[in-house]
Amino acid sequence: MYDLIVIGGGPAGLAAAQSAWEKGLKKILIVERDKELGGILNQCIHNGFGLHHFKEELTGPEYAGRFVKLLSETGVEVRLDTMVLELTPDKRVHMVGKATGYRVEEAKAIVLAMGCRERTRGAISIPGTRPAGIFTAGAAQRYVNMEGWLPGKRVVILGSGDIGLIMARRMTLEGAKVLACVEVMPYSGGLNRNIVQCLQDFDIPLYLSHTVTDIRGRDRVEQVVVSKVDKNRAPIPGTEMVFDCDTLLLSVGLIPENELTRQAGIGMDRRTNGAVVYENMETSIPGVFACGNVCHVHDLVDFVTAESQRAGEAAARYVLEGEAGQEGCLEVKNGDGVTYTVPQRIRPEQVESFCDLFFRVNRVCRNSEILVISGETLIARFQREHLAPGEMERVTLPRVLLDKAQGEITVSVREVEA
Amino acid sequence: MKELICIVCPKGCHLKVDEEKDYAVTGNGCLRGAEYGKAELTNPTRVVTSTVRCEGGTHPRCPVKTDRPVPKGKMMEVMAALEGIALTAPVHVGDTIIENVCGTGVNVVAARNMDKGG
Amino acid sequence: MYDVLIIGGGITGAAAAFQLSKYKLNIAVLERENDVAMGATKANSAILHAGYDPKPGTLMARLNVRGVELAKGLCQRLDVPYRSCGSFVLALSEEDRAKVEELYRRGVENGVPGLQLLTGEEARSLEPNLASETVCALHAPTAAICSPWEFCLALMETAVRNGAELHLNTAVTGLSPIGGAGAEGAGGASPSPTGQGGWTVHTDRGELQARFVVNAAGVEADAIHDMAAPHDFTITPSRGEYYLLDKSEGARVGRVIFQAPSKLGKGVLVAPTVHGNLIVGPNATPVKGNDTSTTGEGLRSVGDAARRSVPSVNLRESIRNFSGVRANTDRGDFILREAAPGFIDLAGICSPGLSAAPAIGEYAVELLGKAGLTLEEKTDFICERKRIRFKELSPVEKAALVEKEPSYGRVICRCETVTQGEILAALHGPIPPCSVDGVKRRVNAGMGRCQGGFCAPRVVELLSRELGLSPGEIPQDQSGSWLLKVETKGGHRDV
Repeated sequence: MYDLIVIGGGPAGLAAAQSAWEKGLKKILIVERDKELGGILNQCIHNGFGLHHFKEELTGPEYAGRFVKLLSETGVEVRLDTMVLELTPDKRVHMVGKATGYRVEEAKAIVLAMGCRERTRGAISIPGTRPAGIFTAGAAQRYVNMEGWLPGKRVVILGSGDIGLIMARRMTLEGAKVLACVEVMPYSGGLNRNIVQCLQDFDIPLYLSHTVTDIRGRDRVEQVVVSKVDKNRAPIPGTEMVFDCDTLLLSVGLIPENELTRQAGIGMDRRTNGAVVYENMETSIPGVFACGNVCHVHDLVDFVTAESQRAGEAAARYVLEGEAGQEGCLEVKNGDGVTYTVPQRIRPEQVESFCDLFFRVNRVCRNSEILVISGETLIARFQREHLAPGEMERVTLPRVLLDKAQGEITVSVREVEA
Repeated sequence: MKELICIVCPKGCHLKVDEEKDYAVTGNGCLRGAEYGKAELTNPTRVVTSTVRCEGGTHPRCPVKTDRPVPKGKMMEVMAALEGIALTAPVHVGDTIIENVCGTGVNVVAARNMDKGG
Repeated sequence: MYDVLIIGGGITGAAAAFQLSKYKLNIAVLERENDVAMGATKANSAILHAGYDPKPGTLMARLNVRGVELAKGLCQRLDVPYRSCGSFVLALSEEDRAKVEELYRRGVENGVPGLQLLTGEEARSLEPNLASETVCALHAPTAAICSPWEFCLALMETAVRNGAELHLNTAVTGLSPIGGAGAEGAGGASPSPTGQGGWTVHTDRGELQARFVVNAAGVEADAIHDMAAPHDFTITPSRGEYYLLDKSEGARVGRVIFQAPSKLGKGVLVAPTVHGNLIVGPNATPVKGNDTSTTGEGLRSVGDAARRSVPSVNLRESIRNFSGVRANTDRGDFILREAAPGFIDLAGICSPGLSAAPAIGEYAVELLGKAGLTLEEKTDFICERKRIRFKELSPVEKAALVEKEPSYGRVICRCETVTQGEILAALHGPIPPCSVDGVKRRVNAGMGRCQGGFCAPRVVELLSRELGLSPGEIPQDQSGSWLLKVETKGGHRDV
């Protein structure tokens, strides 16, 4: 019987295991499906990681490497090349590996850290032929950065999320011609830094309010048709531009990978596509925690680390001190302008002094107020000069304010005159 | 007068940099923005991250980076310098791969450990 | 000299090869693509129709009913995913009611067992997600769903194990009767109808000779026919577009849900798949050649139509769109006959071609026998096939398998839980795959919600290792569908 089994050895799982160890758990197992720890960071060879956590700029492999090194100094057990097939509500974990065989392990606590996957062409129903040459940006990233293969020479990128932008630069540096980056929204989903350093540095045009409306070519992509879209994101006839290319990269969103979570019967949030969690990242099954991209999709790995540390600490507390009480549990609701919040539930009794509340907004806002209201009572108000859907926001609620709330709190955004 | 978007923080201020007035910056929300605006016009630099071939390791490519930013205009030259390199595992993070790449005074270093395997 | 050459490695050609491989014959299948099941066989509704739809008295009606009966046993013996789920045809208005009742009468005449007319209420009690407008429904309990490409593979693999040859990447360019006039084949202006001496089959890889030729060329069957006999039918390809939805939608309906037919065909259906997904489609658009693209407009119309019968179907759970081209003709029936001496057409195999295929195979043997082929049964015919599906094993079976063969312990496709052992088994099977999609058709890797985003690089690695090819030589699907352009750091940079 393990104290804790962590499912997934990416940044979330590594940080959770490390923190649980530091808080006194002794028998911890990380189960990782790949042949090495680090998860997706291993293929994110660009820099920009770690500014918050390490106060320096690291590449993905370096960031992962630091955690792997820390972990090697603990007694945390790691099972690589092993896939978890099932998690039962009583915390039995079915797993299979080439070297380890089929095993069922039990644990007092579980941390879910399986990460996310990419949305595909099928998910957004791009019409046209179905030739080779259409890749998710992450798959292309693996080919280029880890396998050492360039998937194509003339590239159009749909979606201006960070992975798409990063791949625009990577493919260009490796000798491909990136013809355009196309974004259906009127604003980019990526960081400004990436717009400048991945597109502008290489004179790659960014077409906002455009989308791909046709793919041509029988065997391999030969052309991609890009059209302007109206306010409702419907293509406008007559605005078609044709690009001769051999590759279309898709950077059109990430979806938390929650097959195991659903199977176990854990309560899910339709907006995050992840588990509903309490202030300590605990799910609807006591002693099962979720953190990182499996819970909600993050922009920065540093925030994954911070969240996962909290999950690991909470898992340790659960094992050492027992189940948390449910008294006075507050439900967090999404008000105007807010698409989701994490956590979705707060038990003020469990909050030591502060509770961080993460959320995303549904539009770009300048000079706004973030309002936290319970019933008729304004609990807290925060000012922001800039908000965007692509950037996760955080407000910190002191325990004393949470104690004023009754039953639920609602988070909303209101733009104010400058 | 040059216009550019500040990348120092997510706000993305639209900067105007006046080359004629000693690169005076307007439109910036903070001091770091002014510094960025001036540097971006006088001496823009970038860290280059890429890979090199690696024989006998767990992966056929090893990620590398310049240990400091290089002049932006030298990025492609640095990439070309990586073409002929072939490491042999094991490689350790931080190992120098190319010293003083393209005369920039900057080193290219390994960005991960690459153990033997395959 | 072959006894029989079959042109086309789709479900029709595979069924013919399977049936012929029961006899002491020297047979080969010629397939233009790099794998079997590459045309309509891999892109259709995956439904075995009960047989109430075809006009009574037609070959189509007879072979449909016989085909679904045969398919049930074959799928079981050849380990093809199959589920007997039944189907409904909904009447969504009073006008539809007459059409549905007409189908009932046809079905009874065609000998379809177990047909029932249900009231709207009865239908909804069995399928709660049906539209409230449903006034009545025809229930056909013998309708079933299957994996069409695995059905084709299983038939062809079994034929190969029984001695049939499969020539992939071999396109037929012409046919000329042996000893006949105009033996130049492809360019021959007027093919002579004298094939008593057999046929020379010209291909892009050289010539082959056979006493009998079977034309199972799908959308190209009219062109192949014209190489051997005077022109007398034209294929008018009709494209159908589909959505394949995530397993989260897989239980939206338990049966195949059709709408009352219109002049455009059987209309848009909503159905579960044997893989646990939901399939929605098709429309019907005339196209030129083998145009399997999808269109925004077409997909919208499919979605709108599907919501008429199952309003709650959630198309945002789409994981893939595709389209397939049916080999419709200007005839109202399948074209199955000896078109020239020793030349058999199995043409115009539009819907319900998949359902009828096993019976078409039987019928082809009958036609060949009548045309003079000597049929002597083998005593050692193999009619069994089994493959390991790791995902479907119990924990105890999984443990034992991995202990015995550790490669079944490495999961390659995490959406569908497909292991390296299964992929290796396919690569050493009777018809090894040579492409990423070929692996997908054999073991389901890449069929799930991430659509190969995660496992494709691993499948490429396995293919390249086992086939002894560079990753750059592994296609996505048909030859020419290259995946990877050039190695990085290989000195290929254009500066």
